[in-house]
Order: sequence, then structure tokens, then C-alpha cells
Amino acid sequence: MYRYDEFDAAFVADRLNQFSDQVQRRLSGELTEEQFRIHRLMNGVYLQLHAYMLRIAIPYGTLSPRQLRKLAHIARRYDKGFGHFTTRQNIQFNWPALKDIPEILGELASVEMHAIQTSGNCIRNVTADHFAGAAADEIEDPRPYAEILRQWSSIHPEFTYLPRKFKLALSGSPHDRAAIQVHDIGYQLVKNDKGETGFAVYVGGGLGRTPMVGHKIRDFLPTKDLLAYTQAIVRVYNLEGRRDNKYKARIKILVHEKGFEAMRAAVEAEFEADKSELLALPQSEVERISAYFAPPALPERAAQSQALETRRASDHAFAAFVDVNVSKHRQAGYGLLTISLKPIGGIPGDATAEQMELVAELAEKFGHDEIRVSHEQNLVLPHVALDDLPAVYDALAAQGLATANAGLISDIISCPGMDYCSLATARSIPVAQRISERFADGPRAKDIGGMKIKISGCINACGHHHVGHIGILGLERKGVETYQLTLGGSGDESCTLGDITGPGFSYEDVVDAIETVVDTYIGLRSTPDEDFLSAYRRVGMAPFKKALYERDSGSEI
Amino acid sequence: MPLYKNGSFVQDQWTTIPEGEAMSPAGHVIVPLTWWQAERQAFDDSHVPIGVRIDPGIAIDDFIADLSRFALIALVIPKFQDGRAYSTARLLRERHGFKGELRAVGEVLIDQIQPMLRCGFDAFEITDPVTQAALETGRVPGVTHFYQPGVNEAPKAGARPWLRQAGR
Repeated sequence: MYRYDEFDAAFVADRLNQFSDQVQRRLSGELTEEQFRIHRLMNGVYLQLHAYMLRIAIPYGTLSPRQLRKLAHIARRYDKGFGHFTTRQNIQFNWPALKDIPEILGELASVEMHAIQTSGNCIRNVTADHFAGAAADEIEDPRPYAEILRQWSSIHPEFTYLPRKFKLALSGSPHDRAAIQVHDIGYQLVKNDKGETGFAVYVGGGLGRTPMVGHKIRDFLPTKDLLAYTQAIVRVYNLEGRRDNKYKARIKILVHEKGFEAMRAAVEAEFEADKSELLALPQSEVERISAYFAPPALPERAAQSQALETRRASDHAFAAFVDVNVSKHRQAGYGLLTISLKPIGGIPGDATAEQMELVAELAEKFGHDEIRVSHEQNLVLPHVALDDLPAVYDALAAQGLATANAGLISDIISCPGMDYCSLATARSIPVAQRISERFADGPRAKDIGGMKIKISGCINACGHHHVGHIGILGLERKGVETYQLTLGGSGDESCTLGDITGPGFSYEDVVDAIETVVDTYIGLRSTPDEDFLSAYRRVGMAPFKKALYERDSGSEI
Repeated sequence: MPLYKNGSFVQDQWTTIPEGEAMSPAGHVIVPLTWWQAERQAFDDSHVPIGVRIDPGIAIDDFIADLSRFALIALVIPKFQDGRAYSTARLLRERHGFKGELRAVGEVLIDQIQPMLRCGFDAFEITDPVTQAALETGRVPGVTHFYQPGVNEAPKAGARPWLRQAGR
């Protein structure tokens, strides 16, 4: 993985000094809270419902065991012994004291981590496919380009006061696991007909109050133009994006109001006008950074593992775990292991210090020192020998980390909701917990098959409910929580926004409503292999609506 | 109004003419763009130094044809969170080769001085007393390592290869 050189380390130290100075000036009254707020946010410090919250970047979701141990240490020493992994490959600590934050940032700097630009109206933490560098279907590892974007966007003098936040995501595979079409800019690595590598570029996607799927602005962008083209997009946005209303300030609104063709023309004109070649990526530099991401030397192994098959035959729980949580690796005899942070009835994305330390240890022993954080709020060991899976499974099970539900109905994305967030209008976590308990990770969940449920506790949509196969949006109506359902959303390469079923459901009834949707699907699927999303796309909303609103219970609001 | 330039507060040689106020084309005046567009005839014969004030939202294309006539461009920062002028400044310097004074006016605060300098501003009208006090001590907070090219900056040793001095 990427290692800081002296320059990178000096930069982070610089930034820490700058922020410590700003904290001092705030404390002395030189900076007003309004003036300070913007600096604290650009260093990841939020003021939440109960306390300050610190959001730490995990660029493109890649972590070393040393870094994960440090996060465990921070959880234990400065927080309540756990951390929360987010949908943007960050980790949040919900209970640090403000006075400790410079010290925490110092601890992070010692393992080449930081909280720079995890908030604020700037270019945020750059995210990428959590299976990068290991997936069987990958064209090229997107992380070197993500790292280049990370560096270029760090304290960018021109782009630090954008109209609103700005999110970049990259995918190196045709199957999009990074939800690039719901980002401000999404980059998909592709090959052209000459066999050259470049990017298909999407612009103007986003969720929130006004969800939009990104438009493909370029079919093929040569990799050397990555920064110049990104600069062109961000510059057009910086100059033309709305600043009169924060809810209309994202680039998706500019694209919508200006019109996509006009936006494309403006971006292409800006890109063409920039003749300086200043930002052209030298191939030597791409290669230098790519070398950091070279795949580990994985010894050759048989495609079939005797150890795995023997255990599988005698242990149903292990068999289910392997079937559900292990994805196809590009090299025979290895697997990509998803460690679910969605224990049945638990809080999605939370991990204790002990769990983090265990995963760090397993990565060292069995995982070639690599850990990933997925935007689905799980951890991944990207290079595990199939032969080692029994040992890894046993260790995970001992720490409550062997839930066999990756990609299944109880692998729920949820925002923190009213339990932590000052913006939330409804509870999310308890809804996720109840759904998780209802369907669990047993044979029923497996029979339901691939299912992404996503829950947001307000219209800001941090839980990405618009792109959930089933989306749940918690709202407040006359002082009472009500939950609106959407069906058929998807954040992958077939990106679509879900359709609203109709009137919302009460906190008490929402889980029954989900069950009605699931039972309706089971009843109408053409074969057991037709997953929910495919079935929904085939039959549409009508049967689900009928089942939901023509029930006898009369529970709808 | 205190004017900060080249590391210290200096005497302002320019007079700013507010919107709607009458004036004769005496030179060393900063006028609103609309005024310039309406009254430019009066200046065409005089060849005195003229400055123009550009509000955010005005596209460069609206005044670029007259760039050679301006000795000074004042870019208005209505609120410190408004970043439009940063892009305008870079475009004026890097793409259009503007060599005159590029002045930031409006809500210019101490923590924005460094990024503004890096985008090509070279003069700052300071209204905030805390910012003025800080600048009087010679202190411009910021960082010393950059991942991007800045206007008129020589790259530091160890910097990224694509971080090169902007062409001027």
C-alpha cells in the first residue's frame, strides 16, 4: 500500500500545526465560532448531538494492520472503546474531547493517517472499490489514481471554498462496487479499442434531498488527463455552482439547471483552454505510485482447498460463512473475505477496539498485511488463502465477527440516525437492528438472496436509501416517526433510484412492511436465482403496492 | 482602507469609486465594471491607469477583451466562504497573463491569505481588525508543503513531479 515519503509526512505535520494554531486562536477568541467552524470541519471535527465527533479518512478504504491497531488504540484511549465505519470509507469516533483532538491527530500522523477534508465544502476523502487489486473482474487497480487525486486535492488553494462538499469515487472493474454514479465525479477504468487504459467519467450524481444519477461526461479520458479534466469540472462548478441555498449547491443541481449538454460543453471548453500541461500525469509518476499498490506475492495454490472442503462438509455454519462472505479472487486458491460489521441485532458499522485488533492480527497472519473498509460498512481481507479460512473463521467467530450475511438482507447500511446525529428526524439504527433480528443470517436470509437494505434517518440520505434495493427513509410527521419505503434502487453499474411505495409506515410497523415486500418477492420470483432487484425490474411496483396497502391490518399512516 | 501588499501594509495609490457615484477620468481609480462599460469612451483618450471591480458571478468573458486596459483588477469576496474569486484569479494570471495588481476586497480573513496568494492575488484590502493585527506582526498562517502548482511559485525539493511552476 501507499507509504508516505518525507514530503507527505511533512505535509501532514504542517497541517496539524496549522489546525492547532486555529484551535488556539478560537480558544483565545481571535476566531469567531463561525470563522473557526470551517477550519474545524476541514479537519474532520463535527459538533454532534452529544459531543464532538472526529471523522478520520481511510483513503480508498485501504488500511495496514499498524493503522487499524492505532484506530483501536484511539477507540480505547480517547473514546468509549469502539469506532464507527462509515459509508464513505471513513471511521468516526463519537465521543472524543475537543482538547484531545490535536493529540489524536498527532497519533494518526504517526501511522500516516489524518482527518483532512473529511468534512467541509471541499474535495472529500477519495473512495474506491474495496475489492481493488484483488477482484477477478478488475481491469486495473484504481487506487494509484485515487492516491494521486488525494494528493492533488489536499488543501487545494482554488478548491477549498467550493459551493458545497465534493465527492470522488473510482472503480477499476466493470461491476461497480464503489457507487461511482452517485458521486459528484465517478471514474470507471476502461479500455478503448486500441487497448489503452482510461476513464469513463460520470458527473453530477448524488443522493441527499435531490437524488440524481450521474451523467457520463466522457466515454474515454486518457489516464494522463485525470487531474486536468478533474480541475476543469471542479472549476466550472466553483465558478457557476449555486451559493444562495446550501440545498441547491451540489454539482448535481448545476448539471440539472444548466442542462447536461451545456455542462459538458463548459467542461470540455475549460479542459481544452488549459494548454499548460501542468497537470498532465507523467507515466513515470503513475508507475512510481502504482508500485506501492503492487499485489502481494501470493504463493501458488490449488484452486480447490482440501482443508476448506473437509470443514465445509462437517460444519454448516462455516459452509454458510464461506458461501456468503467469500468472493472470487483473481488468483486461484484465494478468496476475498468480507468481515461483516453487521452482527444480528447490532449496530451497522461499529467495531470494538478488540475486534479491530483481531482483524489486524488476522491480516498479518493470513492476509498479507492488507485490510479494506467497504462503503457498505464492512471490513475486507482481500487476499486470504482458502486453506486458511477455517482458522480465520474460528478466530472471527470468537470475537463475534463471523456473521454470514455479506450482501444479504441483514447486511444493512444505516446512518447513525437520531441516536447520534443532530440532523436526524427519526431513528435508523434501531430499525436496522429489528430488521436484522427478523431475518437474521440463517437459511431464510440465504433463500432471500442478494438484498441491499439502506436506511436514512432524514432526507439528507446519508444511509443511501435511494439506491437500496429496499430503501427506508425515516421522517417526522407531526412529532411522530414515519418511514417511507423505496424499492428497486441500485448503486452499481446499473444505477437507478428507488421508487416510493406510497404512504409511510410507523416505527412499529415498518419491519412488517419490509417483510411484506420480501414475502411478495419470494412469491413472484421466476426462479430462486432471480434476485429481488431483477424481479422488481421485471414486475414493477404494482404487486408490492398491492401487498403493502391492501393489507387488513390498516397500519399505514 | 488598510492595504496589505508584498508582506506589509502600504499606502493605497488607488481610489475606489462606489457604484453610482460620478467621477472624472482622473486615473488610479477603481470603478465598477458596469461603469467602465458605460463610460469607457471617456478613458479611451486619456490612457490613465484604471482599475476595475469585479463582483462574483461576472464571467471573465465579460471583460477579458479589455484586459490590457486594466492596471488593477479588484475581485470582490462577499463572504469568506465564497471561493469563486480563487478560480477567477488563477484564470486571469495563468490563462490570460494578467500582470497588473490583483486585489482581494470584501471579507478577507487571515486564514484565506495564503490560498489567495497561491491563486495569484497580490494585494488585500483588510477590514477585519483581527486579520489586520495578525498581518501587522508579519504572520500569514498556512502550510509550507503543497501538492499543486501555485501561481508564481517555485516547487520545493521532493515535491510531486506534476507540481511545476505555473507558466507566466
